[in-house]
Amino acid sequence: MSEPLLKVEHLDVGFKNRKSFVKILDDVSFDIQPGETVCIVGESGCGKSLTSLAIMGLLPPGGRIAGGKIIYNHEDLTKKSAKEMSNIRGNEISMIFQEPMTSLNPVHTIGKQVAEAILIHQSVSKKEAWDRAIELLRLVGIPSPEARVKNYPHEMSGGMRQRVMIAMALACRPKLLIADEPTTALDVTIQAQILEQMNELKKRFGMAILMITHDLGVVSEMADKVIVMYAGKVVETTDTKRLFQNPRHPYTQGLIASMPRLDKEVDELPIIPGNVPAPEDMPTGCRFSTRCPFATELCRTKAPGLYGDEAHRVSCWMYTNEWAGGGQEHATGETIKL
Amino acid sequence: MSQTNAQTAAPYPNRLESSPRLRSLKKALGRFFQNKLGVAGGLFLLILVILAIFAPWLAPYNPMKQDYMAILQGPSAKHWFGTDDLGRDVLSRIIYGARVSLKAGIISVAIALAIGVPIGLISGYFRGFWDEFIIMRITDAMLSFPSLVLALTLAAVFGAGLNNAMLAIGLVYTPHFIRLVRGQVLAQREREYVEAAIAAGISHWRIMLRHILPNAWAPIMVQATLSVAGAIISEASLSFLGLGTQPPTPSWGSMLSEGQGYITQAPWIAVFPGLFIFLAVMSINVFGDGVRDMLDPKLK
Repeated sequence: MSEPLLKVEHLDVGFKNRKSFVKILDDVSFDIQPGETVCIVGESGCGKSLTSLAIMGLLPPGGRIAGGKIIYNHEDLTKKSAKEMSNIRGNEISMIFQEPMTSLNPVHTIGKQVAEAILIHQSVSKKEAWDRAIELLRLVGIPSPEARVKNYPHEMSGGMRQRVMIAMALACRPKLLIADEPTTALDVTIQAQILEQMNELKKRFGMAILMITHDLGVVSEMADKVIVMYAGKVVETTDTKRLFQNPRHPYTQGLIASMPRLDKEVDELPIIPGNVPAPEDMPTGCRFSTRCPFATELCRTKAPGLYGDEAHRVSCWMYTNEWAGGGQEHATGETIKL
Repeated sequence: MSQTNAQTAAPYPNRLESSPRLRSLKKALGRFFQNKLGVAGGLFLLILVILAIFAPWLAPYNPMKQDYMAILQGPSAKHWFGTDDLGRDVLSRIIYGARVSLKAGIISVAIALAIGVPIGLISGYFRGFWDEFIIMRITDAMLSFPSLVLALTLAAVFGAGLNNAMLAIGLVYTPHFIRLVRGQVLAQREREYVEAAIAAGISHWRIMLRHILPNAWAPIMVQATLSVAGAIISEASLSFLGLGTQPPTPSWGSMLSEGQGYITQAPWIAVFPGLFIFLAVMSINVFGDGVRDMLDPKLK
């Protein structure tokens, strides 16, 4: 395998409380190859967004990287100064956000905002930046961009604004685009258009995408590789095809089962009972054990590691030799050699 | 794409072609002119400004010239607003007094803006110890005094005179602006466009000045306009108490003060400057309301 573009190694991120330090992300590791689309999926509050913010160096106040490395281009981003990071942000690594309605500054025209993103990182004249902005808007599928550059954000629809956001993010041809639920706020038809557009731009620029989503539909549309997160830990990583055909972690199985399907008629969608545990009172063993239908004493007392090979890793005792039965009905209960 | 091109562009050709700044300015002015009271206030202010600027040409008499042949005369065709105890023409003194009052109102607020906006901006953007424990506590302390008492104390410390009075009033208004700007910045700071701007690698200073400040302008402008009215009253009060404009320079406050001794004999000496203070403050207030409606982003 070639050198990964981004390598996250044993990343721990937490927040300082009044007294103690509460760890939210625990030992998160994954890597992204150049030109690859990686999706992070999971419920609300499982640390998806925090992972992306940690990569960008944009942790909210009080947040701190407690351990681990984020290697980008042979350099550890966690050791970069604020100034170095702002040279990387928007230039090498860009980000688009969930809410296109509020992610654009209401007092500036969209042309000015896209041009600003170019002017910040590149030494071009204002005129050139403006022309490039028009070009970028055309690229992301905004009709008659010459006229549209003069529009204010409130004069555009949500889908159009998200396209503007993408244009801004692409302004400096980043090698990695982080998209934090870019289509959640949009309706389904626009969602499909935006995703298609992103795939096209990805091919054109050869950039990698790290996509944060809770929508497995989006995953199947976009991802080459999927990282399933639960309560701040990576529970399963594999390629998209395998994930849908052969989900191993009970949490992933639950997520996929709770997706509405066209080919099967059901009266009621299955749900995963319970909620993600609060970071202050994480279970001692496997974090999913409180909600897992297969959980045993072992799961409740001892946290599993990440088992399997490069192609498919899962953090569950069921796939180890230590699993002592009790999960016989489990369909994919094959044992992975440790 | 070319298809959608034609579809989207066609129905609004004018809207898309006109310059964006001109377009929003036109809209804003349209909203302002809908507010009749605001327009009336604006007109009266305009008249005051013209009076102040062209005072030497518009005033019928020299405001400082004493005429012992015409002491304490009531309003007449010769002296519209009457004359005072030294025979000076009250109308001329009011016209010249408009210079002092408007200058005092505008410069005091300019001082407050110049100090308050940067402090509020930086304080609200970076937060932390300086913001919470130093700047906010100082503003709290200053706000806990009645503003006139504070202005009086400061003016007394600086010494009597219009310039010192303006400085004192400006300082008294500063914490209001610090608070207001800081609150606006705190609200804007949480908006996603700021996060997006940081994610695009834009520097903090640029975000503060180019992104957050323009979004916070509307309430600052409204507060500034309304503060001008307050500053005019404060200057009049300080002059009334002898700490502002010094005689013989006419200011509305000092005229009020000088006239109070003759209020039963010659009420016009005090009534006309009082009326002008009232009208000026009133018109600034309704004008300020008009400006607020004009700038309200919710009406965009």
